Amino acid sequence: MAADLRPEVVLLDFWVSPFGQRCRIALAEKGVPYEYREEDLLNKGDLLLRSNPVHKKIPVLLHAGRPVCESLAIVQYVDEAWPDAAPPLLPRDDDPYARAQARFWADYIDKKIYDCQTRLWKLKGDAQEQAKKDLIEVLETLEAELAGKPYFGGDNFGFVDVALVPFTSWFPTYEKLGGFSVEKCCPKIVAWAKLCRERESVAMALTDPDKVYEFVQFLQSKFGVKQ
Amino acid sequence: MSSSPAVKLIAFFGSPYAHRAEAALCLKGVPYELLLEDLLRTKSDLLLQHNPVHKKVPVLLHGDRTVCESLVIAEYVDEAFDGPPLLPTDPYDRAVARFWADFIENKLTKPFFMAHWVEGEAREGFEKEGLELLALLEAQLKGNKFFGGDRPGYLDIAASMLGPWRSVVEEVTGVTVAKEEEHPSLCQWARDYSSNEALRPCIPDRDRLLAYFTKNKEMYRAGVRAMLQQ
Repeated sequence: MAADLRPEVVLLDFWVSPFGQRCRIALAEKGVPYEYREEDLLNKGDLLLRSNPVHKKIPVLLHAGRPVCESLAIVQYVDEAWPDAAPPLLPRDDDPYARAQARFWADYIDKKIYDCQTRLWKLKGDAQEQAKKDLIEVLETLEAELAGKPYFGGDNFGFVDVALVPFTSWFPTYEKLGGFSVEKCCPKIVAWAKLCRERESVAMALTDPDKVYEFVQFLQSKFGVKQ
Repeated sequence: MSSSPAVKLIAFFGSPYAHRAEAALCLKGVPYELLLEDLLRTKSDLLLQHNPVHKKVPVLLHGDRTVCESLVIAEYVDEAFDGPPLLPTDPYDRAVARFWADFIENKLTKPFFMAHWVEGEAREGFEKEGLELLALLEAQLKGNKFFGGDRPGYLDIAASMLGPWRSVVEEVTGVTVAKEEEHPSLCQWARDYSSNEALRPCIPDRDRLLAYFTKNKEMYRAGVRAMLQQ
């Protein structure tokens, strides 16, 4: 193989961000070397602000200096910019329907999970109870979609798995805040999470659940949420 | 040679999201049958069966396949059928298009349209935010006729609400946020979008759209008031 002049790849990220973790997993799965840069979200640096002036948020992928923002756009970009690096994260080009289904479920995860989990830690009383109900409904919907498959994409780890798996570190936090068992309501999802964690890309990227809970407690105190 | 399976789209008149799906089909040159939901009646079994997760239009039926979510449909149409590409081919350009579609969806649409519908003091805040965000999107035209270049593409489809719907909402509410003098590129884009030959079959009849919004004006205002109270 000819010398591969890989342009520099940099990921601007934040340690506990499930969105950043999606990108780390995608890059690792594709075997793309990159530089990880931890951003101070309370004191955002120039590079982040210049690279994502619209949202000023992580993650941002810089590929030969050009920024790509929004985690699912980044994951698709990584899949498309390194097409020969196995495995493909989205189903192949010759299966547009499978690709559409993958995009639909990734979009569903994006629309639902973060909002529910944020309401779960930020709110109290009836509003928190509603957040818990909504979250369980989302997990049950995903459980039904997973059905008997090893991964959401079928036999192979793919786009929807990447989109969801970082949130699995938050399951113990959901349980503590909501007083319910994820395993009881969604055993297949829990089994799927264990299977995904056997992959090095996932094991390396996900935050320890205890640290997630500590972080949420920090957020709660910061936002004045009674614990 | 077998004929391609039929394409049907569950929609309702006036839905900007259903329009996106139609726009994708029209731009790609795919014939389709429109199945219109009647909003005055309860949602049809067909809709509930094919979109149990969101229970919303549009829903694309292609043979025995079902695709939901307007932008997912747009990408599916681009990939499943031959015809002019809707998304760029270069991975970076595709990522940029997806980023701006997400921006329209999750950042711009709500404040921009709230700035038309909200009454009283709260309107000013939405207008300021809406205008700032609109300017960011407008810059993406980069002197081109369409976001897609010479002809409309994925991002034009995503932005379509800012065309025919904006014009009608301005008339119904009496509020204009994107003024011609301040946003000439966007206003020209809207005119070019609405008059594009390939899109002709799916651009909603303006009088009919106006009647629809006029009839539902109080419903929209009430919905907006409820949103503000949350």
